Amino acid sequence: MEPICAFDRLVPGRGVAALLADGSQVAVFRLLDDSLHAVSNQDPFTGANVISRGLVGDRGGEPVVISPLLKQAFSLKTGVCLDDEAVSLEVYAVEVAAGEIRVGALSEVKASA
Amino acid sequence: MSKLVVIGDGMVGRRFLEAVTQRDPSWDVTVLCEEPRPAYDRVRLSAFFDGVSAEELSLASDLPGVEVRLGEAATEVDREAKVVRSASGEYPYDKLVFATGSYAFVPPMEGADLPGVFVYRTIEDLENIKAHAEGKRHGVVIGGGLLGLEAANALKLLGLETQIVEFAPWLMARQLDEAGGGVLKQHIEKLGIGVDCSTGGTKIEAVDGRLRMDTNREGVSYDTDLIIFAAGVRPRDQLARDCGIAVGERGGITTDLSCATSDPDVYAIGEVAAMEGVCYGLVAPGYAMAEVVADRLAGGEATFPGADMSTKLKLLGVDVAQFGAFDGPLATTYLDPANGTYAKLILSDDAQTLLGGMLVGDAEPYPLLRASVGGKVPGKLADLLGGGEVEGALPDGAQVCSCNAVTKGEIMGAIHEGCHDVAEIKACTKAGTSCGSCIPMLKQLLAEGGVEVSKAVCEHFTQSRAELFDIVKVTGITTFSELIARHGTGSGCDLCKPAVASILASLSNGHILDGEQAALQDTNDHFLANMQRNGTYSVVPRIPGGEITPDKLIVIGQVAKEFDLYTKITGGQRIDMFGARVEDLPKIWRKLVDAGFESGHAYGKALRTVKSCVGTDWCRYGVQDSVKMAIDLELRYRGLRSPHKLKSAVSGCARECAEARGKDFGVIATEHGWNLYVGGNGGFTPRHADLLLSDVDSETLVRTIDRFLMFYISTADRLQRTSKWVEGLEGGLDYLREVIVDDRLGICEDLDAMMAKHVETYADEWKGVIDDPEKLQRFVSFVNAPETPDPSIEFEEVRGQKFPAGTTERSQPVLLGTPVLRSSQGK
Repeated sequence: MEPICAFDRLVPGRGVAALLADGSQVAVFRLLDDSLHAVSNQDPFTGANVISRGLVGDRGGEPVVISPLLKQAFSLKTGVCLDDEAVSLEVYAVEVAAGEIRVGALSEVKASA
Repeated sequence: MSKLVVIGDGMVGRRFLEAVTQRDPSWDVTVLCEEPRPAYDRVRLSAFFDGVSAEELSLASDLPGVEVRLGEAATEVDREAKVVRSASGEYPYDKLVFATGSYAFVPPMEGADLPGVFVYRTIEDLENIKAHAEGKRHGVVIGGGLLGLEAANALKLLGLETQIVEFAPWLMARQLDEAGGGVLKQHIEKLGIGVDCSTGGTKIEAVDGRLRMDTNREGVSYDTDLIIFAAGVRPRDQLARDCGIAVGERGGITTDLSCATSDPDVYAIGEVAAMEGVCYGLVAPGYAMAEVVADRLAGGEATFPGADMSTKLKLLGVDVAQFGAFDGPLATTYLDPANGTYAKLILSDDAQTLLGGMLVGDAEPYPLLRASVGGKVPGKLADLLGGGEVEGALPDGAQVCSCNAVTKGEIMGAIHEGCHDVAEIKACTKAGTSCGSCIPMLKQLLAEGGVEVSKAVCEHFTQSRAELFDIVKVTGITTFSELIARHGTGSGCDLCKPAVASILASLSNGHILDGEQAALQDTNDHFLANMQRNGTYSVVPRIPGGEITPDKLIVIGQVAKEFDLYTKITGGQRIDMFGARVEDLPKIWRKLVDAGFESGHAYGKALRTVKSCVGTDWCRYGVQDSVKMAIDLELRYRGLRSPHKLKSAVSGCARECAEARGKDFGVIATEHGWNLYVGGNGGFTPRHADLLLSDVDSETLVRTIDRFLMFYISTADRLQRTSKWVEGLEGGLDYLREVIVDDRLGICEDLDAMMAKHVETYADEWKGVIDDPEKLQRFVSFVNAPETPDPSIEFEEVRGQKFPAGTTERSQPVLLGTPVLRSSQGK
């Protein structure tokens, strides 16, 4: 798990971008209930690293982030795009330890899944 | 090329030109038009006294292969040589069409030619009446039919005490029976207009600078300043008579059902035609004739489908409608003297089939009733007559739009093929595009077709945006979480969050990134800049009215150079700088703010720019200072959040260099003040703005715009531009005027207070960020590496500036992804 930043740094209902040691970019969201979600920051439809700047909410109860560019919704739980199920974001493990947000490397998530 | 000559450029003539050029563009068409202006909407002529200009009534359009010769009357038709002559030219034809219309009928009466006596037919007539009425007190209208009531309305709008004199025993005797005419008379008299029926003028004389008209009634005469003859029209068939074409006994060029006259190369359409002996004085049958002849000229075999003479009007604020048969085997009536309503239905002898009827005072059931003529009575008689709720299913063959002959079946077909609102049905079927009286019916059919016209914002709120606005205003709720907990479900989405953010911003003026509001803003609002395809942003400083000093221009140049930004002049008279990285935004704003710039809100659903032309200080044509007005308006409304973006412009004269009529609110200078236009836009479906006020002073102008904007913000749907909003107002522009000018709803004080609060509390959003360390923290590339630029963003150079990498490869446009379309109901 890589440390990212203090939990309080995140505004409830918004995300931030973080750069991992391997050069990949991750989008970390703090929802209104203070739960955390981390997905890849790259928008698969445009290639731009902007997912962290999307709005979050829910579709039929499923927590989602909406790409700020062309407005597709992605599940924050599975990463799957709800408007085109062939496309998805990577999902990262995320936790808070001693007030600090830590994000797991992609491979660890896959291994544990 | 075959030559087609058309005599007359009225509504029917114009419809014919459109139809013929569409079906067979090979005709070489010449139009001889006696009037000095091309075709205009004569049906709406009276709107001329309500502030609508001659230009707005115009129906003229450039048609390929058509030459319109204005102010040139045809004087002779030589059928042997197949040529039409005018005072200045000769026009050979292969086919000739008479579309000469009617002239106003003036009964033979001594003094009918005195100055101060007018007819009511053309724009010139109206201009003359207007000029003569200035400073006068009293006017008489001869004729209590449709046209007479229109003319009486005009005199009332001009501020004259008005008297109607009608020869028949009751008003609108051609459309109404005695009881209906009586109810109508009560309404008209309540408006302060005198009505004398069974009365005819016998002589007019000039007495002491005024006019005196004697009548057939002993001892009754009128002293007045102005007399209008509105006692009917007669076909203008003289030219046809002169060249030996057959005319009817009571006038009008005789035609068969294909509109052909006694000369097979000559057609007659509209009010001049006596089709099988009958002249039709309404526009809908004329349009049908235009289509018939266009089809014939293209080799078709169309014939006149028969005329629906139904009429529905709002005369002097009173609904009057008549449809189908005037008389029949069975009649049932309902009279409510207290409310001034009267209804009559004509039925078959078994009372099962509706044959016709009339309505006075309340014409709400008209669309349903008219469409049901010839079919089963569409409901219980008591409900139909007494204004109860009527649930009726029309047969598919019923004609819903009589102007354009569109049946219910055709409209339902269009709905099933994907038309989802009235505007789409209009575009698809033409229904509702002429008189508009069937639009309530179209809405019903949409509901019947299963199209839910739900105004719910999204799956989280069943309310419309306007309802949420009211809830927030009344409850004083200031956070999204409280609003969704109390009035919605779930946690929100990209539809409701920005909509609520906009409502909160309109009603309370904190910074849009304060506290919980930050989480609601769409990405552009959240970063106070416009995200571009590669994740960088564009920055647009406000340049009010497009006026900028050289020093400020230099600052923009320096900033763009320092941060390596692509620059472009926008359509709104400002400068856009592209390619800014998110972590550079505050540094860019700091430099701009220090030089006196502020945010231009290019990212927000908010006021964008107020464009202006050069204005009186430099332009030799300008009549008012458009630049100063544009700057004043832009500074007044800057930062105002609204359901959609707002654009505006001010032109200093009628040449309209600022293109104000393409804007949400546009201002055009006149010699006496300003004209205000509302509801225009460019974009996917361009629309010219409508004239709301004319010749007002600056104070009235600004006050009216204040109210227009706040009324719009309070009541529009999510992402509804002002154009659709104005179109969707029941009662349209007149209603809007009543609300924000005459204060019919008593809300103007409230609207004024809302705008005053906005103006007082405005603050620059960029400055709000660069002065706030907590907000500044958010403008980083990576939360754990704030100074590391996003390595995936690359640029290349094209035409001496930088562009997103891959631009040259993309010179053939490639679609990387498509926007997701989904209904506001969600999935």
